[in-house]
Amino acid sequence: MAITATAGHAHADPHHIGLVVEHLGPAPKRIVTAYGFWVFLLSDIVMFSCFFAAYAVLVGQTADGPKGSEIFEQRNVAIETVCLLLSSFTCGMASIAADVRNRLWFYLGMAVTCVLGLAFLSIEFREFADLVSRGYGPSRSAFLTAFFSLVGCHGLHVSAGVLWLLTMMAQVFAKGFRADILRRMMCFALFWHALDIIWVAVFSVVYLLGGAP
Amino acid sequence: MSDLSQHGVHEHDLAPGEEEQHSVSTRIIGYVVGLVLALLLTATSFFIAGTNLVWQPSIPIAIIVLAIAQMGVHLVFFLHITTGPDNTNNVLALAFGLLIVFLVVGGSVWIMSHLNENMPSMDQIMRMQ
Repeated sequence: MAITATAGHAHADPHHIGLVVEHLGPAPKRIVTAYGFWVFLLSDIVMFSCFFAAYAVLVGQTADGPKGSEIFEQRNVAIETVCLLLSSFTCGMASIAADVRNRLWFYLGMAVTCVLGLAFLSIEFREFADLVSRGYGPSRSAFLTAFFSLVGCHGLHVSAGVLWLLTMMAQVFAKGFRADILRRMMCFALFWHALDIIWVAVFSVVYLLGGAP
Repeated sequence: MSDLSQHGVHEHDLAPGEEEQHSVSTRIIGYVVGLVLALLLTATSFFIAGTNLVWQPSIPIAIIVLAIAQMGVHLVFFLHITTGPDNTNNVLALAFGLLIVFLVVGGSVWIMSHLNENMPSMDQIMRMQ
């Protein structure tokens, strides 16, 4: 990033524009890894945007089946949202604890994050099971197909996140706060916070807008 | 840009999710502020969605604005994406991602609503046959 106007570095200024770029060498691996993971997360968000577009297009195609306002329960969605928000906070606490290499707070933060993530998943699973048992499964109408694929895709991401969380706890337990473990922890925190951002879009677009009468 | 090397700062960019050097208590306060803001915005969305107190057609717009605000809160307080010079790469990648998201969602909704308007309804098609 540093650009200085010092003269006399002819080899560093081949076009004689008076600017010498001091090369600092490649960025540390920590930055390269996190940046690459950030690009992956953005592509994941682009994939979710396709599901959102499908939902927005198909939300009215209920094929005489139930509308969103008839099947969504706002109270459950509010509890799910609070679970995810709190888990994002505890995940942040765990990553601070990992940075200062405090094992107790790291395990505590990750365990609470895991419990909140599992609570979210169990509420979502019960909602899906309830809908399917009432005959409102994904094959009932185009609207329900779009709903189950969008919300289910987010749920799959959360499930993968919980598995990753348990892996990180095991790795810290077995290997300690090594540099590579801390890089993985940083990527996990990014993943978990990004899932929260996607959930904000899900509850706003699917449950609040789609649930309006 | 030109004076950065004289002050000896900004050796490298920041990774996404990485903060500048702060003490632990400052970082915890950052997360607490983010959590409180996010909870407030969530509570407002849920309240707005079910209320009769405001003009009804404004509700969808209010929910969308609150959702975008909450995503901003998450980006700043949890993912630590800022507008600082050490964050340029992260912000540019985010901007490109957002461009694609708006093209996909906005384009789909736009095209499909026009198709819906220009197509005769299904029972009309059946009668024509």
